[in-house]
Amino acid sequence: MSKKLRVATTSLAGCFGCHMSLLDIDERLLTLLTLVEFDRSPLTDIKHCGPCDIGIIEGGICNAENVHVLREFRSRCKILIAIGSCAITGGLPAQRNHLDLGDCLTEVYLTEPGLAHGHIPNDPELPLPLDKVHPLHEIVKIDYFIPGCPPSGDAIWKFLTDLIAGKTPKLGHGLIEYD
Amino acid sequence: MTDTQTFQLDGATVPFEPGQTVMQAALAAGQYIPHLCYHPEFKPHGSCKLCTVKANGHTTASCTMPAEAGLNVESNVEEMNSLRRTLVQMLFAEGNHFCPSCEKSGDCKLQALGYDLEVHTAGFRHLYPDRPLDASHPDILLDFNRCILCELCVRASSEVDGKNVFALSGRGIAKHLIVNAESGLLKDTNIALTDKAMQVCPVGVILKKRVGFSVPIGERRYDQRPISAQALDDAPRQSDAGGSCAACEGNP
Repeated sequence: MSKKLRVATTSLAGCFGCHMSLLDIDERLLTLLTLVEFDRSPLTDIKHCGPCDIGIIEGGICNAENVHVLREFRSRCKILIAIGSCAITGGLPAQRNHLDLGDCLTEVYLTEPGLAHGHIPNDPELPLPLDKVHPLHEIVKIDYFIPGCPPSGDAIWKFLTDLIAGKTPKLGHGLIEYD
Repeated sequence: MTDTQTFQLDGATVPFEPGQTVMQAALAAGQYIPHLCYHPEFKPHGSCKLCTVKANGHTTASCTMPAEAGLNVESNVEEMNSLRRTLVQMLFAEGNHFCPSCEKSGDCKLQALGYDLEVHTAGFRHLYPDRPLDASHPDILLDFNRCILCELCVRASSEVDGKNVFALSGRGIAKHLIVNAESGLLKDTNIALTDKAMQVCPVGVILKKRVGFSVPIGERRYDQRPISAQALDDAPRQSDAGGSCAACEGNP
């Protein structure tokens, strides 16, 4: 029996919706677990990525920590997959890209009512936000893209099983969706 | 009936009448050529280049290329589809096309072409331009973020509605859609909901207010069938008189 493929996953500037959609493959998860084992992932709570065959990244890049995690994944994973609209286009977080970041923070934390102690968060533990939100392929080389917001469990299953079987992953009508 | 002449399209024989373009003859014969700025009811524009084919070895826009007897046209080949993919990717990178929050999703021709051509990513660096909305009109919203400059609304407004509500202004990357009012606002034009210009936008720029989600996501036009099948239904057909056409059941 061949060795299981090692897979890491993470969510950067995303909403974990793509990870929820991965869980939507339901009982096929058991079949998947006969083919792969998980390294760093919200499912394992491993904090850093070891050498992996496949890295799956949800969410775009909106702060400095996202860049470090993405680069760690790229350096440890043979194949890197961007999953979901945010990872591929910047998605909803990128809808601030035509605005000035300082103006956004001022509007949210100072101008708008509702925050008890209105000040722009400045705890040194917080990663610095980037001026613009970026899709993953603008930072590192991405090998595959699974579009969707989120992609359906069926689309993720089709894509991963094609890839694991050594075929060029193909989604086709009904599985390829951008929304 | 005049003597029918023919040309070859991907190995199929396509009949045409003098004056027809390659695109018109192909669609009439039930052969799909991908297109975006072409609309059967309007004069060809030839700007989006999605319909580019190889005709006797030369690349050309099939919506403006007159059909000629004996022409050898290659369309559904990897070389052409790969070029089309790049064009779609550039359009996605140039505007702000956030499908998950667009009410046209599922009815959008740009998106449907992306699906059909298996575009998984825009690939290029996104420009994220700053294009404010025009929500001034009580019944109509203009979201310029999604404009692909196809000029279908410009053509519909001038050719059918006789109004000239829309025009393109500027050149190159600065080119953009404008409306015909001193204020620059749609509310000060004579556009009406019944205008043809309201019906032709292939993407989500010209939107009727308050009906955006009357058809749920997942049950829309291109959710049902790929654009390659849908476009053939939309085009005038040579054999439509009898109601059926053997060529209609083309490749999936």
